Amino acid sequence: MADGTAIERRQSRVTAMLLLPTTLWFLLLLVMPLAVVLVFSFGERAPAGGYEAAFTLEQYANLPARLTAFTNTLTLAPLGTALCVIIAYPLAYYLAVRAGARVKLMLLVLVIVPFWTSFLIRTYAWIYILGGRGIPRLLDMVGIEDLRLINTPTAVLIGIVYGYLPLMVFPIYVSLEKLDKRLLEASDDLGATPLRTFLQVTLPLSMPGLVTGSLLVFILLMGEYLIPALLGGGKVFFVGNALVDLFLQSRNWPFGSAVAIALVVIMLVAIAAYLALVGRERTRSDASLI
Amino acid sequence: MTRKFPDPIGADEFLRQLRRYQKGSVSRRHFLGVTGLGLATAVMASAVPGLRGRAWAQGKIGDRVSVATWPNYFNPDNYAKFTEMTGAEVQVSVFGSNEEMLAKLQAGGTGWDVFVPTNYTITTYVDLDLIQPLDLSRIPNFVESAYEARFIEPGSVNGQVYAVPKNWGTTGFVVNRDKLKMPLDTWKAFWDVTRAEASGRVMVHDYQLTTIGNALKYFGYSFNSVDPKELAEAEKLLIESKPHLFAINSDYQPSMRSTDAWMSIAWTGDGLQLNRDMPEIDYVLGKEGGELWSDFYAIPKEAPHLDAAYAFIDFLLDPEVNAREVEAHGYPVPDTRTTALLPAEMTSNPIMYPAKELLDPLEFGAAVTLTDPLRAEIMARFKAA
Repeated sequence: MADGTAIERRQSRVTAMLLLPTTLWFLLLLVMPLAVVLVFSFGERAPAGGYEAAFTLEQYANLPARLTAFTNTLTLAPLGTALCVIIAYPLAYYLAVRAGARVKLMLLVLVIVPFWTSFLIRTYAWIYILGGRGIPRLLDMVGIEDLRLINTPTAVLIGIVYGYLPLMVFPIYVSLEKLDKRLLEASDDLGATPLRTFLQVTLPLSMPGLVTGSLLVFILLMGEYLIPALLGGGKVFFVGNALVDLFLQSRNWPFGSAVAIALVVIMLVAIAAYLALVGRERTRSDASLI
Repeated sequence: MTRKFPDPIGADEFLRQLRRYQKGSVSRRHFLGVTGLGLATAVMASAVPGLRGRAWAQGKIGDRVSVATWPNYFNPDNYAKFTEMTGAEVQVSVFGSNEEMLAKLQAGGTGWDVFVPTNYTITTYVDLDLIQPLDLSRIPNFVESAYEARFIEPGSVNGQVYAVPKNWGTTGFVVNRDKLKMPLDTWKAFWDVTRAEASGRVMVHDYQLTTIGNALKYFGYSFNSVDPKELAEAEKLLIESKPHLFAINSDYQPSMRSTDAWMSIAWTGDGLQLNRDMPEIDYVLGKEGGELWSDFYAIPKEAPHLDAAYAFIDFLLDPEVNAREVEAHGYPVPDTRTTALLPAEMTSNPIMYPAKELLDPLEFGAAVTLTDPLRAEIMARFKAA
């Protein structure tokens, strides 16, 4: 007995030590900053900018002044995620189910290669592709005149899909690759049409990848700053851009903190709602399978 | 990359060592070592091309100098030469507004050794204890008598010098005359055309002082107004104009060059650089007025490479070097020694040196605009609108 408790004690000590770095990381770099932001959000802007201690709800009351940034984010982030799903799914499906070994390898490498260059530089390249001397000029040659792409929501969406597509492709690809092909054959043997097989077998089984990919892309997009800054020209503003502005230009830390807290809350609610929806769908489709 | 080099020696010491060597009281090796000749020979022997630099500076100021400045505002050849001479690499960060520089310094940990504040911001930096008093004995190339007084004064606060002049200039607008042929010589016309013929083709700075300031000029108010009623009118104009803008960005040269943008609020040097390469682009000062400014070299309180900072500022204020700066970026200097070295086509260029009747109504930025919470919030609201 005594030995057993000694071992247990040692084990729990080892566990505690192994968890220590993670815990410290979590406390120092997530919990503490978040607490600071929360405290700041009830403060006041110091005369020359920054933070001055106070307790006021003024910052939260002022949130409607950033309504456009919130609506932009809340429309373009889900839209961008949806576009990524629509484009990534067929590609991932082809990679996982249809492509031969050699083609598959080549395509996977092609998906990864862009990561070798900085995302900033690649997004910068889009400024020229979408600018007046890029695609609009080509379209001008075939008679579509005066098309403006750069610094529009469309440009931002193109940038989003370009930048985030790999993050969607890989989780879906992984879950489709594990797919037991005998299930597809069985479905076919039992007389299901390809569409029905897809909707009732393939899609539900690839849901984990789809959910992971969507969450990954959606969460990152909610905090997106770079793409709207470069391809939106300061005209398509996300909450991320508003935050950068509040901290790095107008130096209104309390209001910036309130905006940040609001964004975190909205994000948590959105994710919870999404997971609840997906969970219900999955239980229903599981039930229908039985 | 930091290499340890012997301390420089003066002429007297050099001769003394030479005598000792001649008399045989020191070895050849010692002689070459203390005089630096050994090193010089070694450098030449290794056939390092070009100007290898003054041994006095080599490696003594550290391996880098970090500079915060504005877009299109330096001559890369000069910076490369500084690195060649001193071994210190020049790291450049570019900013579009004084607010952004202030915010970074307030947050701390910038690592900047030199930054380029505009006249009206220096008192705030002193109040917030973010800037160092300058030891002018370490900047021998700054000769006060060579400068116009009004461009030096903002660098001193309570009799203490905190900043030395870099350039001066104006804030007007650039316009592509191939695209916009109507008369345009006022801020009123600028904003009116923005919301009509030039819709979708106009840029404004991502900078409250100039963007709000020139919106205020539309109504004939002071560029520096902090009056809530006047600012409210300016904000309304800005919000109404926003759908007609191409972008809000202080780095407007790329878009003007690609002709994505046809008109933009602009500073002297950008006007000159654009006009030099594309003569159809004009630089215009609004008749109602606008901004006259001067920029400074200054050292942040927490500068990690102080020696490098002083060496860098002194190097750039050398009239020869400074003249090459001006030739590259087209911003005039308040230093008469440098101006004397400029080619005539620059000193007679009306973009750099506008007519008196255009200069007279211009205003220097006022310190209050930097910290005024309302101007800051209006700019942020305009961008987020």
